[in-house]
Amino acid sequence: MASTDILLAGFGGQGVLFAGKILAYCGLMDNRELSWLPSYGPEMRGGTANCSVCISDEPIGSPLVLTPDILIAMNQPSFDKFISDVKTGGKVFYDSTLIEAEYDRTDIEVFGIPSSQLADDNQLKGGSNIILLGKLIKETGLFGLETVQKAIEKVVPPSKAKLIPNNLKAIEIGMNN
Amino acid sequence: MAVVFERPKSLIDVSTHYCPGCTHGIVHRILCEVIDEMGIEGDTIGICPVGCSVMAYDYFNCDMIEAPHGRAPAVATGVKRTNPDKYVFTYQGDGDLAAIGTAETVHSAVRGENIVVIFINNTIYGMTGGQMAPTTLPGQVTQTTPFGRSPELAGYPVRVCEMLATLSGTALAQRVAVDSVPHIREAKKAIRKAFENQRDKKGFSIVEVLSTCPTNWGLTPLEAIKRLQDEMIPYYPLGVYKDVQESVFSNTEGGQG
Amino acid sequence: MKGNEALAEAAIRAGCKCFFGYPITPQTELAAYMAKRMHKAGGVFLQAESEIAAINMVLGAASTGVRAMTSSSSPGISLKSEGISYIAGSDLPAVIINVQRGGPGLGGIQPSQADYWQATKSLGHGDFQLLVYAPASVQEMVDMVVTAFDRADKYRMPAMILADGLLGQMMEPVSFPEINVNAYDKSSWAADGHKNKREHHIINSLYLKPDELQKSVYDRYKRYEIVKENETDAELYLTEDCDILLCAYGATARVVKSAVNSAREIGIKAGMFRPKTLYPFPVKELNKACETAEKLLCVEMSMGQMIDDVKLAINCSKPVEFFGRTGGVIPTPAEILGEIKRIGGVK
Repeated sequence: MASTDILLAGFGGQGVLFAGKILAYCGLMDNRELSWLPSYGPEMRGGTANCSVCISDEPIGSPLVLTPDILIAMNQPSFDKFISDVKTGGKVFYDSTLIEAEYDRTDIEVFGIPSSQLADDNQLKGGSNIILLGKLIKETGLFGLETVQKAIEKVVPPSKAKLIPNNLKAIEIGMNN
Repeated sequence: MAVVFERPKSLIDVSTHYCPGCTHGIVHRILCEVIDEMGIEGDTIGICPVGCSVMAYDYFNCDMIEAPHGRAPAVATGVKRTNPDKYVFTYQGDGDLAAIGTAETVHSAVRGENIVVIFINNTIYGMTGGQMAPTTLPGQVTQTTPFGRSPELAGYPVRVCEMLATLSGTALAQRVAVDSVPHIREAKKAIRKAFENQRDKKGFSIVEVLSTCPTNWGLTPLEAIKRLQDEMIPYYPLGVYKDVQESVFSNTEGGQG
Repeated sequence: MKGNEALAEAAIRAGCKCFFGYPITPQTELAAYMAKRMHKAGGVFLQAESEIAAINMVLGAASTGVRAMTSSSSPGISLKSEGISYIAGSDLPAVIINVQRGGPGLGGIQPSQADYWQATKSLGHGDFQLLVYAPASVQEMVDMVVTAFDRADKYRMPAMILADGLLGQMMEPVSFPEINVNAYDKSSWAADGHKNKREHHIINSLYLKPDELQKSVYDRYKRYEIVKENETDAELYLTEDCDILLCAYGATARVVKSAVNSAREIGIKAGMFRPKTLYPFPVKELNKACETAEKLLCVEMSMGQMIDDVKLAINCSKPVEFFGRTGGVIPTPAEILGEIKRIGGVK
């Protein structure tokens, strides 16, 4: 795929921007063109947050993703709002613990996994975002596991390095569900 | 013949634009005497305000910078922070320092900027022709308070030294006057102390100088001196409002940045 | 790296010795980065009490010959305009960053390009100009801030990086080039203490005699002529054979480029002219870009500001149409393509 536009959306605090950053760094690790653009402002503080990630082999035009190839939805409003924007042939990943998926599109693939529940079951508090990322990696093959591991090691700040194994575990859970 | 009195070296030998009887000349002189006595002209950078002393850069022999109205303490901050070994002073009037530049004045003191502020308080805007200043006394007639300053309409005068003395970053806050020889001597001592504070990195030092403006007060120079003594000093008592022994930052706890 | 952080890092590498700022969205990361890094780099970081104080601290530091910078976003730049006028009037170099947001008034915090006129025509009172650079990527933010410091010193005039919230907030790969900082000799004017070895220096913008003020402005404008001759820069994209030339700068140009590519795919010969310098405006480059074009379409995140310079640059010799979004709304490639089709008479 020459160019992939990804939109990640959810509540502030769910780690939407962080998950997006991991994808962006995956692009960096694979020497591809990339951009990461967060929504910013009051919605950062508890409202809806979203971020656009573009991965491409060509220089990136608009970094703002309006019609994503891939959508990660972490709450109901985001799912409802963005499901209709996904490109034909696109893929949607959502947290089925929090979202009741109702949609009438047949031209896209929709994957729901109970990522919040899985995170709780595995003592990975706040790991729902990364579990969804694992699912995305498995279903799209956008990046290899090794790339994802390297990206996580880059994105997790050194002061929180002890969280790296948990993130890797979350990826694994996502890939196996 | 022995020379017993001469122009300070750091005061340039030109005629000033100040009105007859104006006390700017006295303050310029004692400031330059201090600079000469400390031998710091080559390491001193002065900041002029907007107001009557706007062209003071033509009178002082040290390097000079002209600041926008009220912003001299911010300009001085930029100079001092990047040139911590230089002596930096601002020379500001009451409108400049206590009206349009209140934020810059207060926050330079808050930060304990290691600078000297010479504050000329003559209770009026001189350069623009005699309008109400933040220090204009209640009842004082100016162009914009033609019936006398009414606190109900125009608020009360600001007592700058008293206000700044409450701030932890202020090392010296002293009010002096240039109406008599003893007071002028006192004023010079205060300015000297302010510069020594800067040398010793003690913090923000302000010397408020009660001054006259015969032209805009509509008085003769002698009457103006008398007004300063009879009306200004009672409202703005002379004295030391704050004088720290050590740096304002000794005995403080905090971070590194 | 985020655009705002990249700007800050590049500034430090370009020899910026002090940063004075005041928080405002969407540029705050820049100040935060400076707060962390400047100290280690041996420079000065200070959070001022206001935008006004910050720009005047820049004035003070620049007066002593030190490379100084401040940054803000639209409403804050309005506050800085007084100081910027004094800096220009005192022939001081300085770098000012504007990460634009929607206006007027408090406006919004989303990306905008509505400060074009302010930056290029009216940043403060009096006859003066700033160098204005318009990056379209995080990498260009890095490269342009390096150029801005250099040219500000070279021409003794303030330089602005006119970015926007999108560029400031986005993250892209970036590389920091080896920077050879040109050391300009400032000893003939800097007010850094004369050490009793020279005449005193005066940094000043006051000239009470009209003929003296006129002369100082004339002298400055002579330098601007040199700037106009030597400092223009633009990107020309698919312009050799274009029928429709789109004109856009900054983040908007990225969206326009996508639309131009889509137009080419359906057989419309579209091209793009992207000024990288807004002052001086790349007049020659634009005239070259539109040689084959029948029509021009200016796209901005404003109600139409750069379009004036586009019309002036081609002396209104061709029709120039406009498409804009404002208030923080970013135009989409699809709607720009729609405009291209409309102008090109394609249904």
